[in-house]
Amino acid sequence: MSSVNLTMAIVLGGLYATGFYLLLQRSLMRVLLGIVILGHGANLLLQQAGGAPAGRPPMLGEAPVRLMSDPLPQAMALTAIVITFALTTFLLALAYRAWQLLGHDEVQDDVEDRRIRRLESELAEGESAENEQELDSEATR
Amino acid sequence: MLALVVAHLLVSLVLPGLTGRHTRIAFGVAALPPAAALCWVLAHSRAVLSGAGPVEAVNWAGPLGLGFAFRLDALALVMTLLVSGIGVLVLLYAGWYFERGSGDARRSAPLLLAFAGVMLGLVLADDLLTLYVFWELTTICSFLLVGQSGVTRESRRSSLQALLVTALGGLVMLLGFIVLGEAGGSYRISELAENPPTGAPLSVAAGLILAGAFTKSAQLPFHNWLPAAMVAPTPISTYLHAASMVKAGVFLIARLAPVLAGVAFLPAVTAVFGIATMLVAGWRALRENDLKLLLAYGTVSQLGFMTVLAGSGSYTGSLAVAAMLLAHGTFKATLFLATGVVDHQAGTRDIRELSGVAGRLPWVTTVSVVAAMSMAGLPPMVGFVAKEAAFEAFLGGGWDVAVEVGLILGSMLTVAYSARMLWGAFAVKPGVRRNEADPAPAALWIPPAVTALGCLALGVGYPLTDALTSAYAGRIAGHEGEYHLGLWHGFNPPLAFSALTLLGGLALFALNTRLNRRRELLPAGMSAQHGYERVMGSLERVAVGVTGRIQVGSLPTYLAIILLTVLVVPGSVLLFRETPVENLRWWDRMLQLPLALVILIAAAGVARARRRMTAVLLVGVVGYGIGGMFVLGGGPDLALTQFLVETLTLVAFVLVLRRLPARFTETESSRGVRVPKVLLALGGGVFVGFASLIFSSARDTASEVSVQYLEHAEEGTSATNVVNAIIVDFRAFDTVGEISVLAVTATGVASLVLTARSSRRRRHARSRRDIAVTSPGTSSGERGSEVS
Repeated sequence: MSSVNLTMAIVLGGLYATGFYLLLQRSLMRVLLGIVILGHGANLLLQQAGGAPAGRPPMLGEAPVRLMSDPLPQAMALTAIVITFALTTFLLALAYRAWQLLGHDEVQDDVEDRRIRRLESELAEGESAENEQELDSEATR
Repeated sequence: MLALVVAHLLVSLVLPGLTGRHTRIAFGVAALPPAAALCWVLAHSRAVLSGAGPVEAVNWAGPLGLGFAFRLDALALVMTLLVSGIGVLVLLYAGWYFERGSGDARRSAPLLLAFAGVMLGLVLADDLLTLYVFWELTTICSFLLVGQSGVTRESRRSSLQALLVTALGGLVMLLGFIVLGEAGGSYRISELAENPPTGAPLSVAAGLILAGAFTKSAQLPFHNWLPAAMVAPTPISTYLHAASMVKAGVFLIARLAPVLAGVAFLPAVTAVFGIATMLVAGWRALRENDLKLLLAYGTVSQLGFMTVLAGSGSYTGSLAVAAMLLAHGTFKATLFLATGVVDHQAGTRDIRELSGVAGRLPWVTTVSVVAAMSMAGLPPMVGFVAKEAAFEAFLGGGWDVAVEVGLILGSMLTVAYSARMLWGAFAVKPGVRRNEADPAPAALWIPPAVTALGCLALGVGYPLTDALTSAYAGRIAGHEGEYHLGLWHGFNPPLAFSALTLLGGLALFALNTRLNRRRELLPAGMSAQHGYERVMGSLERVAVGVTGRIQVGSLPTYLAIILLTVLVVPGSVLLFRETPVENLRWWDRMLQLPLALVILIAAAGVARARRRMTAVLLVGVVGYGIGGMFVLGGGPDLALTQFLVETLTLVAFVLVLRRLPARFTETESSRGVRVPKVLLALGGGVFVGFASLIFSSARDTASEVSVQYLEHAEEGTSATNVVNAIIVDFRAFDTVGEISVLAVTATGVASLVLTARSSRRRRHARSRRDIAVTSPGTSSGERGSEVS
C-alpha cells in the first residue's frame, strides 16, 4: 500500500474550489480563467491519482525502473496540457468577438427562456382566474 | 424478399426526377415493383399453401442478434395479394387521377411506391424488430402522404394527428415486443410461435402490443385519426387508409395469435373493443354526408369486426378473419376508387349535391353496386362468404351469444350504410340538380372494375378462397377444421342471421332520414376528437410549465445544479465508501510545501482580483507553480511543456486584454448570491481533494500498461524517454488526433480574429466617409470606432 500525499490533495482542493467559483461568475473572462485553473488542477489530479510517490524521471538508464514515476499519467497530462491550450485560445477568441459585437463580455440569461417563464406565469394566472369564475358561477347557481 | 422491398425503395428514389414531366409514365414505372412482388408471390403460392414457403434471414449486427428475417406463409400471402395487387391498381389509377405535373403527383408517386415497399416488408417480416421498423416506416409514409404540401391547416392537423396517435401506439408496441422477445428468448415470430413464453411477461406484452394494434387499426378510442386522414387525395385514402395500412393492426393480432394463444384476456378484450368500434363507427357512418367520410367510418367499423375475429383464436374465427381481410380489401378499394371517380368527374362527393350520377357513369355504378353487395354481405360475393364464417365462429354458448348479437347489430349498420353510400352517390334525388358528370376515362374505372371482379371471383370461386385462408387457420388452431368457406351450407343459423342482418339493415336505411332528424336533438356526447384535442392541449400546457420552471436560462444556475449533483451523488458515495485512506504523508519532497503555498495564494488572488491583468498574471503564477510541481514529481517533459504552454497562454491573454477594459465589467453580485457560490465552490474543492486521496491510496503499483511501456520502450522504439515513446510511438495516433484538434482550433481562432479585424476596417472606412460627407469638424465617429 503506497502512502498518500496530503499537500498535493490540499493544492488540488484549492485549485478546484477556485476554478468552480470562477466558473459560476457572469464575466466570460473569469469563466475562462476558471477553465484554465480547472485544467491545471486536472493535470495535477492525474499525477496524484497515479498513486505512486513522486520518483525519478522515467528515462531508461538514468535510474532503476522501480524508482521511476509512472509514465502513463504523464503522457496523458502532456496531451491534456496541449488540448487545454487549444481550448483556452479558442474561448479567448470567442470572448473577444463577443465583446466586440455586444460591447460587454457577460454571460446573460437567455431571453427566450425568460419569455417562456413569463408565458407560464401568465397561463397560470389565467387558469386561476378561470377557476375563480367557475367557483363564482357555481356559488350563484 | 429483402431484394423486393429494396427494389421498391430504389425505384422510388429515381421517381421524383421522372414525375415532373411524365406523370403517367412515372406512375406506370412505379407500378412495376409491386407487380413484380405480386408475380413472385403467386409463383410461390403453391409451396406456401402446402406449408413450405420461402424463408430469408439477413444478418445485420450478429452479436446483438439484429437482423432482417422474412417468411412467406399463408397469412403473408393473403396480405401480399392485397398490398401488391391493390398497389398496382392504385398506382395506375393515380396516374390519371392526379393532374399532370402537379405537386401532389410529384410527391405522391415516390411516396406511394415507398409505402408499397415498406408495407410489403411489414407483412413478410418474421422478426419482431424488423416488423417494428417497417411498421413505423408506414406511419411516416402515411404522415407525408396525408400532409401533402401542408398548405392547409386541416391537412397539417390531420397528418400530425395520424402520426402522433399511431407512433405513440407503435412505441408502446415496441415495448411489448421487447418484453415478448426477452421473455421468449427470441425475436423470431416463427420461433416464438413454437415456444411461446408464459405467465405475467406474456400478459404484459400482449396488453402493450394490443395498444399498438388498436391505434394502427383505428379502434375505439383511438379511431379518430382515420376519418381525419381523409383529407388526403383519394388514391392515398384508398391504399393506405382503407386497403392496406390500417389493416396492419388486425394483421399483427392475426400474426401473433399463435404466440399470444396463452393470454386468457385476449379474446375478451378484442371482442369488447372491436364490437364497440364496429357499432359506434357504423352508427356514425349513417350520419356523414361526405362519401369519403362515410366510407372511412365504414372502414373503422369493419376493422372492429376484423379485430373481434382476429382475437378469437379459433379455427373458424381465423378462417373468417383471413377471408374478411381479402373481402374488405377488395370491396373497400373498389368503393374508394369509385368515389374518387365520382369526385373527379362530378366535382363533388357530398351526398346532398350528388344526383343522377348513375346515368352518367354506368360502369362506375356497376362496380360500386358489386362492391357494396360484398360489403353488405350479399351472395355470391366474398363478403357474404366471410360473414357466414364469422357468424359460424361464435355459435357457442356463454359470452359467444353476446358477441354474436354485437356482430349482427354491427352488420345491420353495415348494410344500412352500404345502401346509403350507393343511394347517396348514384341515385336520382328529388330536389337536387342532376350532376353533369363527364364520362370517366377507362384508366379511372378499370382499376375499380378489377377489384370488383375480385369481390365476385373470390366469392364464386370460394374453393380458392378457402384454400388461401384455411392454410392460415390451420396453423393458428393447429389442426384442420370441419368448416369450409362456401356459399351454401344449408339452412343453418348463420344463414338466418344473414337474412336478419339484411332486413334490419334495409329497415335502418329506410328510417335513417327520420333517425338523423332525431339524432340532432340528442346532446352531443363524448367525442373522441375532443378527447384528443384536450390531451394535446394539456400536453402543451405541461410542456410550458416544465420548461418555464426548469429551463431558467441562466448559465451560473445550470452549472451550480450540475456541481450540486456531483456533490450529492458521487459525494455521498465517497462518504459512505469502504476503502480506507491510509498511510498519509505530508509531502514527497520538502520543496512541494512552499510551492503549494505559492499556488494556493495565487489561486485565491485570482478569485479576488478585480483587474483583468492581475487575474491573468496570477493564473500564470499558478501555471508556473504547477510546472514546478511536475519538476519535483519526476516529469521533466511535462514541466517543459507546462512552462512553454503557460507562456504562450499568457501572451495570448495579453494580446486580447490590450483591447478590453482594465476591470471586469460584471456588476457586483449581491451577498445572497455570492455566499452560496463560494460555499458550493469550496464544497467542490473539498470533494475533489478528498477523491484524490482515495484514488491515490487505492493504487499501490503502477498499472499493467505502464509496466509494459517501461519494459518495451527501449527495444520497441529505441527511445530511453518513456513518456516520449508513448506519445510519438505507442500512442502515435492519439497524438495525430491531438494535432488535428490544434489545427481546427487554429482555424477557428484565425477566422474569428480576422472577421473582427475586417469588420473593424470596414466600419473605420465607413465612418471616415460619413465624417467627410456630413460634418468635417467632428470626429466622434472616428473615436467611436476606435473604442469598439
